[in-house]
Amino acid sequence: MMWEPIFLSLRVSAVATVVALPLAIWVAHILARKSFRGHVVLNGLVHLPLVLPPVVTGYLLLVVFGKSGVIGGLLFDWFGFTFAFRWTGAALAAAIMGFPLMVRAIRLGFEAVDAGLEDAARTLGASDLRVFRTITLPLIAPAIVAGAVLGFAKALGEFGATITFVAAIPGQTQTIPSAIYGLLQVPGQESAVVVLVSISVALAMGALVASEWLARRMVAR
Amino acid sequence: MISVQIKKAFADFTLDVAFDAPAGVIAVFGRSGSGKTTLINAIAGLVTPDAGRIVIADRDLTHVPIHQRGLGYVFQDARLFPHMTVAQNLAYGGDHERARLIDMLGLGDLLPRYPKALSGGEKSRVALGRALMSDPAMLLLDEPLAALDGPRKAEILPYLERLRDEVEVPMIYVSHDMSEVARLANTIVVLDQGRVVRAGGLGDVLSHPASVPMLGERDAGAVLLATVMEHDHEDALTALEFEGGRLILPGHIGQIGQNMRVRIPAQDVILARVAPSQISARNVLPVTVTAIEIGQGPGVAVGLMAGETALLARITKASYRQMELDVGSEAYAIIKATAVGPHEAGQ
Repeated sequence: MMWEPIFLSLRVSAVATVVALPLAIWVAHILARKSFRGHVVLNGLVHLPLVLPPVVTGYLLLVVFGKSGVIGGLLFDWFGFTFAFRWTGAALAAAIMGFPLMVRAIRLGFEAVDAGLEDAARTLGASDLRVFRTITLPLIAPAIVAGAVLGFAKALGEFGATITFVAAIPGQTQTIPSAIYGLLQVPGQESAVVVLVSISVALAMGALVASEWLARRMVAR
Repeated sequence: MISVQIKKAFADFTLDVAFDAPAGVIAVFGRSGSGKTTLINAIAGLVTPDAGRIVIADRDLTHVPIHQRGLGYVFQDARLFPHMTVAQNLAYGGDHERARLIDMLGLGDLLPRYPKALSGGEKSRVALGRALMSDPAMLLLDEPLAALDGPRKAEILPYLERLRDEVEVPMIYVSHDMSEVARLANTIVVLDQGRVVRAGGLGDVLSHPASVPMLGERDAGAVLLATVMEHDHEDALTALEFEGGRLILPGHIGQIGQNMRVRIPAQDVILARVAPSQISARNVLPVTVTAIEIGQGPGVAVGLMAGETALLARITKASYRQMELDVGSEAYAIIKATAVGPHEAGQ
């Protein structure tokens, strides 16, 4: 069934992006605006998935979030919930691999906001929360869109960590990249490969065009 | 009434300021780097002082968070929110006297525009309106005209005068431009290297000979209140009367009967022991010497009284010795009509 990996990939990537985005905004805000002990450690931790071999990240996920992992074990004992060999595990892997890209893009947005505007809003009586909601957030919206698109694209293409963590079970964890890889192992599947590759390219292009359009619309104001 | 005591140490600069002043327009005057902006930021809460106390209109603001201080701040660079229209910018802090302020500041046509499409002067007016619509207990203005060119300044100043006279909101007005200060302020606080070197009523400080070194030779000079008496259309002159004499100034200034502030720079006042005759200067006022301040440089500042009005002259040490001036000496102050431009006269 060729459409299965496509819908699965879209679902995994969308969930990964939507869940990771608020966390990425929060971490980007901390990294851009706060100075504290451990800043370097947090920054390193966030960027680790970008530089580690994906297989290593997948293995670490298995150790931590697997059914007998440190956190995975607790989740299973308490809630009967597990990431292991489920699409949720694929989403977790995708989110973690895309996270550094999101944080980097959004952090640049925070750093570009003129803090003087936020001060001006405070003198007009706005609380920190209102300043963030009405001034900071709208001004960094293009950076958030850029971060979300990068994260989504990364999630669509994630292979190494996903296959290590949750394998490639059709209908459960077999995303587009692992489906292509699987098809390539069997002779005579070239036409299916071409279709999946084309769709992969189309999705990536679509995401880029959409983000460009959104960002331009926001800047135009 | 406002009472401010602030200490704040930086690596290369220390601000240590204390002053009390009545409401009205308090000018904080000083060269760049004298600590003016740090002072106003500390009052607004944008800078946390190491020690001090800030009381405005009987309310102790020392430990109140910025957004609860209820002070309007007009920044030098306006700081309008780029993603909001003028109308949204104005509404951000409230809608106090909305219709009246929009009318007074001439903002009606600007409401649907974004800040990007405004000129410098328009941005300043929107920033003023935005701060005032938040119904502030006091307005803080940090060189609101410094980013504007001459004609734009002349465009905004009357708005500020109207705010002072009609809205009656107290202001702290930070500036390094004496002509702005002379037009707007009731009280002046002069800062130098983070300290108050002079503070008091505008007229008293500006006409005191000892102020000359603190204000700078170019900026020292008395401010007098005068009433427009008549316009000479043929020669394009305006006659004004003040307690102590009559002034003839070039140009068509104000309306008959209007009260104006006229700043007479000390370096533009010439002194004579005997009444000069047949000279080109239009204004010759009999005066009494009230104070003499001999400076470090070549100048001597001479305090004068023309009737009830204090004037200030700056002459050379050589002239001072030759003229044998003393406190109580009678003399004549000669003011060249063109030395006082129309922009020096304000309400």
